[in-house]
Amino acid sequence: MTEASFPGLVVPRPKLPRPRRREVTLALRTAGPLALLGGWWLASATGVLSPDVLASPLTVLDAARELWSDGQLTDALRVSLTRAVLGLAFGLAAGLLLGVVTGFWRLGEELLDSPLQLLRALPFLSLVPLFMVWFGIGESARIILIAVATTFPMYVSTAGGVRNVDRRLLEAMRSFGLGGWQLVRQVVLPGALPSLLAGFRLSMTLSVIALIAAEEINSTSGIGYLMTQAQSFSRTDILSVCVLIYGILGICADLVARLAERVFMPWRVKEAAR
Amino acid sequence: MSVAVHIEGLRRTFGTRSVLDGLALDIRRGEFVALLGASGTGKTTLLRILGALDRPDAGTVLVPEARTIVFQEPRLVPSKRVLGNVVVGLPRGDASRERGLRALAEVGLADHARAWPHTLSGGEAQRVALARALVREPELLLLDEPFAALDALTRLKMQDLVGDLVRRHRPAVLLVTHDVDEAVRLADRVAVLKDGDLVTDETVTTDRPRDATDPAFTALRRRLLADLGVREPAPVEEGAVR
Repeated sequence: MTEASFPGLVVPRPKLPRPRRREVTLALRTAGPLALLGGWWLASATGVLSPDVLASPLTVLDAARELWSDGQLTDALRVSLTRAVLGLAFGLAAGLLLGVVTGFWRLGEELLDSPLQLLRALPFLSLVPLFMVWFGIGESARIILIAVATTFPMYVSTAGGVRNVDRRLLEAMRSFGLGGWQLVRQVVLPGALPSLLAGFRLSMTLSVIALIAAEEINSTSGIGYLMTQAQSFSRTDILSVCVLIYGILGICADLVARLAERVFMPWRVKEAAR
Repeated sequence: MSVAVHIEGLRRTFGTRSVLDGLALDIRRGEFVALLGASGTGKTTLLRILGALDRPDAGTVLVPEARTIVFQEPRLVPSKRVLGNVVVGLPRGDASRERGLRALAEVGLADHARAWPHTLSGGEAQRVALARALVREPELLLLDEPFAALDALTRLKMQDLVGDLVRRHRPAVLLVTHDVDEAVRLADRVAVLKDGDLVTDETVTTDRPRDATDPAFTALRRRLLADLGVREPAPVEEGAVR
């Protein structure tokens, strides 16, 4: 029997996503960064990109190897990562706390939201000189700068997520005697998790940007310091190494966020709507 | 009479379980078929295949081009007003607006056109979903337990409304339900799905409007329940001692 024997009828054609193998997904994900790398290499090899502007990938790899073997790179990475992680931790904690307070309690929103929106609008880079005056040029000024920069994305996402938690669910849980901190921990935070993780991602990216700014404060260690030095000696290969490291940090931050999504939200269906 | 749905040798497997296994079903144009079955027997899967929301693993499935679905939940877009939900996907313009308003009037919600979905009651939202399905003038209307989430009174009213609208528009209808009374009340034909195939396929001969106390109605009801694995005690003789 075919369609011909039933005029006017058609075979329904569902538009369904085909199940995709994990390896294919992984290959597609890595294709983008590899293409960038390939383009860079090609541009350098053909001479479109002169070494004065940007060193070729191979030169950069050599520079990285050189920095790695004499220990400069590992030292710089350790120092920089410590700063970023510490600052990020404080920023995330502050953003989370403020976001829950303003998202969950009306008084909190009325009191805190407008000042926070005002502070959020200040470009944190403009705070660098002020921070030097207030906190000196030590380690604390750098960590505080990163913390301040990362607080706000986390705050905005958290407040939004908390506000969007299903009201009827909250009502039901209140009727079962859940309240205050219990309600926040068991229902509100899990409900707001997608937003929290979105904030986490934004803050993580921003922490790297803030790190660069922070390491320009009279730094004697870290990747920023390495860059300043390379700049004064016109070593574009080392500069490229540092830029690449920032990029790799960004990708790693994203991987951490993806992992966190998987670990913290086991109840979420794997395939999101597309 | 020409055919609106033709299904032959339909199979759908989830893992190792075939929920539909060699199923065959024809629905004539303008015919109202109710499909009964216990939970998990593949009623909804069959409906989703007809609605192009799921794919068959084997077999022939033929349906009309114009077909619409009313789901168990209203599935209204919360960011569109009621009228916007009804005419969603239709070409913009006054013609569509007019048609949408007419469809809303048919389900008795003409004055709710500018309301937001979240302000509607469950029954009203489901009526909007019905208007959204009818405004496209479907040749096949797929109803996936559309009354299941409604309270008993609203359900009765909705059943009457659906009966009326279907008589007026004459689409072919496949109603998936597990409510035997509902099936017998509304359908021209009642089928029972069990172990992947239809075990019963019976034409309802009782005249409309149907009376639940009619002996033919109760007899059919008992037969269908037996097919579904529910045994009802035999009717007690009039005047017998209980």
